[in-house]
Amino acid sequence: MPDQQPNKPNGVPDDANTELSSAFPQTPTLGAMEVEGMLEKEDLTHSPDQPTESVAVADREVPRSLWQDAWRELRRNPIFIISGILIIFLIIVAFFPSLFDSTSPLECDLSKSQQGPTSGHPFGFDTQGCDVYARTVYGARASITVGVFATLGTALLGTVLGGLAGFFGGWLDAIISRIADIFFGIPILLGGLVFLSVIPSRSIWIVVAFIVVLGWPQLARIARGAVITARQQDYVTAARALGAGNSRLMLRHILPNSLAPIIVVATIALGTYISLEATLSYLGVGLKPPTVSWGIDISAAADTFRLAPHMLLFPAGALCVTILAFIMLGDAVRDALDPKLR
Amino acid sequence: MGRYVIRRLLQMIPVFIGTTFIIFAMVHALGDPVAALFGDKAPDPAVAAQIRQQLGLNDPLIVQYGNYMKGIFTGDLGTTFSGQPVTELLKTAYPTTLKLTIVAFTFEVILGIGLGVISGMRRGRFADTGVMVMTLIVISIPTFVIGYVLQYLFGVKWGIADATVPEGAPFSSLILPGFVLASVSLAYVARLTRTTIAENTKADYVRTAVAKGLPKRRVVTHHLLRNSLIPVITFLGTDLGALMGGALVTERIFNIHGVGYYLYQGILRQNTPTVVGFVTVLVIVFLLANLIVDLLYAVLDPRIRYA
Repeated sequence: MPDQQPNKPNGVPDDANTELSSAFPQTPTLGAMEVEGMLEKEDLTHSPDQPTESVAVADREVPRSLWQDAWRELRRNPIFIISGILIIFLIIVAFFPSLFDSTSPLECDLSKSQQGPTSGHPFGFDTQGCDVYARTVYGARASITVGVFATLGTALLGTVLGGLAGFFGGWLDAIISRIADIFFGIPILLGGLVFLSVIPSRSIWIVVAFIVVLGWPQLARIARGAVITARQQDYVTAARALGAGNSRLMLRHILPNSLAPIIVVATIALGTYISLEATLSYLGVGLKPPTVSWGIDISAAADTFRLAPHMLLFPAGALCVTILAFIMLGDAVRDALDPKLR
Repeated sequence: MGRYVIRRLLQMIPVFIGTTFIIFAMVHALGDPVAALFGDKAPDPAVAAQIRQQLGLNDPLIVQYGNYMKGIFTGDLGTTFSGQPVTELLKTAYPTTLKLTIVAFTFEVILGIGLGVISGMRRGRFADTGVMVMTLIVISIPTFVIGYVLQYLFGVKWGIADATVPEGAPFSSLILPGFVLASVSLAYVARLTRTTIAENTKADYVRTAVAKGLPKRRVVTHHLLRNSLIPVITFLGTDLGALMGGALVTERIFNIHGVGYYLYQGILRQNTPTVVGFVTVLVIVFLLANLIVDLLYAVLDPRIRYA
C-alpha cells in the first residue's frame, strides 16, 4: 500500500514524532536492548502481518483511552446492566406514561377514597380517590426531569466556574472559590425552605434552578481540583510550547482529561437530587399540584399512613427504585473510571 | 500551622457575610411582614407605618442587615412578631434539636465506622457484600420515607418505641428519630470508611506493623484506623452541621418541638425574625463545624499545613 509506513528491521518507526519513539532514548544506552525489544512487541501497527490499513486509522486503535477502558469495564459489570435497564425503563415511563396506564392521574372519584387495591387498580386509591397506580406512573416524569436537568445544570455551571478557577488561578480562583463557599455554607434543605417559600408558583424548572444554584459548588470543587491536576501535566506544557492558546488548551487538552471525576460525582448526585426534590415537595416547598410528583403524593399520604399504608408505600417504592437505579449507575461508573480501584 | 489557621479564619469572613446576607435578603423577600402580622385583615395604614418605623423596615436592606449583624454579636437576635425574643425561643428549641443531633451522631460514629471497618477488612466476602447492599438501599430511601415506615413498624405496629416524642424530649424517646436522622449519613460513613480501610490495608506501614509481629487488634486500632479515619472525620464534621438542617424532616415526622419545628412554623406564618434568627444560627453552626473540621484536618494530616 502506498501510505503504509516502511518498517525498520528493529520495529522502531522512523517517524520520530510518535509517542513511542520519543518516550525512549534512541541513543544506545545500557537498557537500550530491552527498550527496543519492548517496542517491537508493543508496536503492533507496524508488524508485517497486520492487515493493510491506512496508518491514520490503525494508529488511533493502538492506545485504549480511559473511556474505552471504562466502557469495557462497564459492559461486564452486572450492576451497570441492571441499573441501565431500569433507567431506560424509567425514562420510557417518564416520556410515555400513557403506554402504561389508561386512566388519568387527575381523574379522581371521592367515593373510592383510600380504598385498597382492587382489580384494574392494582395500587388502590388515595384520599382524593385518585388511582395510585396512575399517579405513580405519571409521577416518574417530574422526578426524572428534575434529576436529569439539575444534574446537567450543576455539572455545566460547576465545570465552567470550577474549571476557570483551576485554570487561571490567582484572583479569579479566589473570587470563584469564595462564592462557591458562600453557597456551600447554606445547608440545602434550609436553603430550600427559605428560598422556595419566597416563590409562589413552583414549576419543575424553578426547583431545577434552585438545585443548580445551591448544588454547583460541589461540582466546582471537583472540577477545580481536576483541572489543577491536569494543568500541571507535561502534555499541557508541550501544547503550550507548540503555541496553543488558552481556549485550545482548555477545550482540547485539559477538559477531556479532567472530565472523569466530574462525571462520577455528577452521576451519583443525580440520585440524590431526585431524593432532594421529593424531600422538598414533602416539606411543601417543592413541586405543587397539579404537577404529579411522588414527593407530593407521599406527603399527602403521610397523615393517614397508619390507616392506608398502600397510599404511601407505592409512590415511595417507585421513588426508592428510581434513586437506587441512578446511585447504582453512579457506583458502576465510578468503579469503571477510577483506576485506583482496579 | 499558625499561618494556615489565620488564612482559614480570614477566608471565613467573606463567606460568613455572604451566606448570612443571602439568607437575610431571601427571607425579606418572603413578603410584607407587617401584612402577615395582621393575618387576613387589612392593617390601618397609620398603624402599619408606625410598626414599619419601629421595626426599622423602612431602611434600605443593607442597613437592616448591618443592624441585624450588630445585634447578633451582642447576643440579640431580634424579637418575634408575637413579642418573644428570638433568643428565648431558640433556648427552648435548641436543646431538643441538640439532643436529637447527639443521638444521631452517636449512631453515625459507632454504627457507621463499625460497619465500614468490618466491611473494609473483609473485602469481597459475605459481610462486605451485605454491608454494601444494605447501605446502597438506605441511601436510596429518602429520610422521610424511612421515618414513616420505621415509625409505623416500631412505634405503632410493634409498640417497641415511642411513635411521637413527648414534651421535654427524653433521650429514650429520641432513639428512633435519632436513628432515622442518622440513617443516610450512616450509610455514607460506612462506605467511606470501607474505601479508606480497604485502600490502607495494602499500605506499606500496615505490612511493616504486621511483619514486626504486632497483634492484629493493635495494627487495626493504632495503625490502620488512625490513618483511615482522616477523610471520615472530615465527612462527620461537615455532616454535624447538615444533621441540624436535616432535623427539619425528622422533627416533623416525630412531632419534636425543636429548631426545625419552630422554623417551619415561622415560614408558614411569615414570621421574619424567627426565620432569620434560626437560619442564621444554623448556618453559623454549619460554618463553624466546617472550620473546625478544616483545622482538625491540619492537625491530623501534616501534609495539609504546608499546602
